[in-house]
Amino acid sequence: MKLVNKKILTERQGAKVTQIEVFAPDIAAKVKPGQFVALMVAEEGERIPLTVVNKDETKGTITLIFQEAGLTTGLLGRMNHGDSLYAIAGPLGHATEIKNYGKVILVGGGVGIAEIYPVAKAFKEAGNHITTILGARTKELLILEKELKEVSDELLVATDDGSYGKKGFVTDILKGLLDERRTTNDERLVYAVGPIPMMKAVSAVTKGFNIRTIVSLNALMVDATGMCGCCRVSVGGQTKFSCVDGPEFEGHEVDWEELDKRNRIYADKEKHICRLIKK
Amino acid sequence: MKKEPVRIKEKAAQERVGNFDEVVCGYSEAEALEEAARCLQCKDPTCISGCPVGIDIKKFIFQITQKDFRGAYLTIREKNNFPSLCGRVCPAEYQCRKSCILTKKGSAFASKQAINIHFLERFIGDFGMKNNVAVSVKEAPQMFRYKVAVVGSGPAGLCCAGELSRCGIKVDIFEGLHKTGGVLRYGIPPFRMPRDILDFEIDYLKKSGVEFFLNTIIGKVKSLDELFSQGYSAIFLGLGAGIPSFLGIKGENLCNIYSANEFLTRVNLMSAYKFPQAHTPVNIGKSVCVIGGGNTAMDSARVALRLQKLNGIPLNTTIVYRRTEVEMPARRLELEHAREEGLKFKMLVKPEEFIGDKDGFVKKIKCLQCELGEPDSSGRRRPVEIAGSDFEVDCDEDNRHRPESKPDFD
Repeated sequence: MKLVNKKILTERQGAKVTQIEVFAPDIAAKVKPGQFVALMVAEEGERIPLTVVNKDETKGTITLIFQEAGLTTGLLGRMNHGDSLYAIAGPLGHATEIKNYGKVILVGGGVGIAEIYPVAKAFKEAGNHITTILGARTKELLILEKELKEVSDELLVATDDGSYGKKGFVTDILKGLLDERRTTNDERLVYAVGPIPMMKAVSAVTKGFNIRTIVSLNALMVDATGMCGCCRVSVGGQTKFSCVDGPEFEGHEVDWEELDKRNRIYADKEKHICRLIKK
Repeated sequence: MKKEPVRIKEKAAQERVGNFDEVVCGYSEAEALEEAARCLQCKDPTCISGCPVGIDIKKFIFQITQKDFRGAYLTIREKNNFPSLCGRVCPAEYQCRKSCILTKKGSAFASKQAINIHFLERFIGDFGMKNNVAVSVKEAPQMFRYKVAVVGSGPAGLCCAGELSRCGIKVDIFEGLHKTGGVLRYGIPPFRMPRDILDFEIDYLKKSGVEFFLNTIIGKVKSLDELFSQGYSAIFLGLGAGIPSFLGIKGENLCNIYSANEFLTRVNLMSAYKFPQAHTPVNIGKSVCVIGGGNTAMDSARVALRLQKLNGIPLNTTIVYRRTEVEMPARRLELEHAREEGLKFKMLVKPEEFIGDKDGFVKKIKCLQCELGEPDSSGRRRPVEIAGSDFEVDCDEDNRHRPESKPDFD
């Protein structure tokens, strides 16, 4: 549970994304792309889920990437090489179904880019043609571009401010691409991870083209092992638990509005506690 | 003349609802002696058959009357690894006390007159704990020829580990969460089960050689085959109740609708009642509804009352139940405690739909009035909806409890 490595990937405009490598040999031996861990920074801390971005079985470590968004990720960001987490459990959730689909488009937004990396790598190894579309607010906030380039056949970038790649959103690129290839119509799968509005928009675009779309949801969790039901989401009109039924679901079936509202349940309390800690 | 049962001391309702301290204070020595003296020492005791683990109740109560508390402790320990836990949470009025000769024949649960066996057990358990009564764990290393893996450190796993280790078998317990105890820690609130008591009983197992591996999710991090190949000759699965079930009615995923598991886990395991000192939040509404009539519903309701008090909200928590008080599966003592603490009850009411505001937070429950019909398979009278009786209940937070093991909503 010790941090054996820490690297700040980017820190701009109040956004800070950090990469840590944690010694967790049992998890490293078993984790597959798409799975996550639940961790606690301290005994009085929250349990939060984080997707495993990479693993090194020989070193017995896993890599996690997170953006400091609230108290717990803030505290995690303050931990240093040699510090130990209070708890880490995993691997949790279903792994991504890796096979040769043919042509796959991966869409990553913000820190969600970290989550598509292990999936992109595995899809590539399975023989897929990979198109990767990355989105960030601005050039400096773009992470893992180099790593993703290595496992992609083509890589496209959109930034909100146009400082790099195309000005606009990932959905602009995605829509353009699908329009262009409408005649060949050989894209078999879209895999998207990012903020809720992005995943919602991506799903809306691909629905128009009738392309299967998998999203990895970031619902709030407590135990993260199927015991509490905090992470329930409506998918295809049925209640599912993100932790044990997911975290991946069919994007066209997800009730995005409900997920968005449920993820704001503690918005006030989060603000309050972050203010207290800053003082 | 029959002696009256010795009433147990409890903290005053108004005081206790403002904290998570233990409500029931336990017998003093004099009170335990007086209560034990009421036992008729039946020639053929009926109480023992009501105890799932078959504690020699007659014997340990006799030992109390002789002030042989140490002996009484050992008598209980022969059958039960956790006297202090069971003395607090065993549903005695449905078990040993129900089969006590002083309980009226044919009653659904123990009569008031029945010996307070559970309070005596608790007294002895706590005596043993305070006085560090050594228990005859067979300290024979050669007995540890086998090792057994126990998956889950809840009551089932702890019991299994206790029984095996007393036979001299090495036990390793694998727990998925970051703390031991399972439902004893995440489900049962501290005011019913103080954490130092729980820790003591679990530490006792550790002292007798049981090892705990936390944060270890068997099935994910290790398969059963891998456990066998690591040299375990048997595996016990004490996995708990699993996924909480919901009512399956409209609006169930609105914000501030919690399963009892989530609500209690936030508060009990993650200490959300200490927010912001503890970092896990929990929301508490001005009018909280708890759906169900079992012990978990009572625990949730009493936790809700305490959170309202701690947050300066006037107490307003209501049990919504489809049948009537007689059919409630909750322990009578919990029901009594909850009522003293100000819990309200809406009986013969069945939720039909949750209604929320624009931000997705629950605001009302649409309900139907019920009446009691013929008894169902559980022997309790079935609630029958009265057509056209729908009405709304204010609710800005809802904790539902469906008894985990039963397919039907009670």
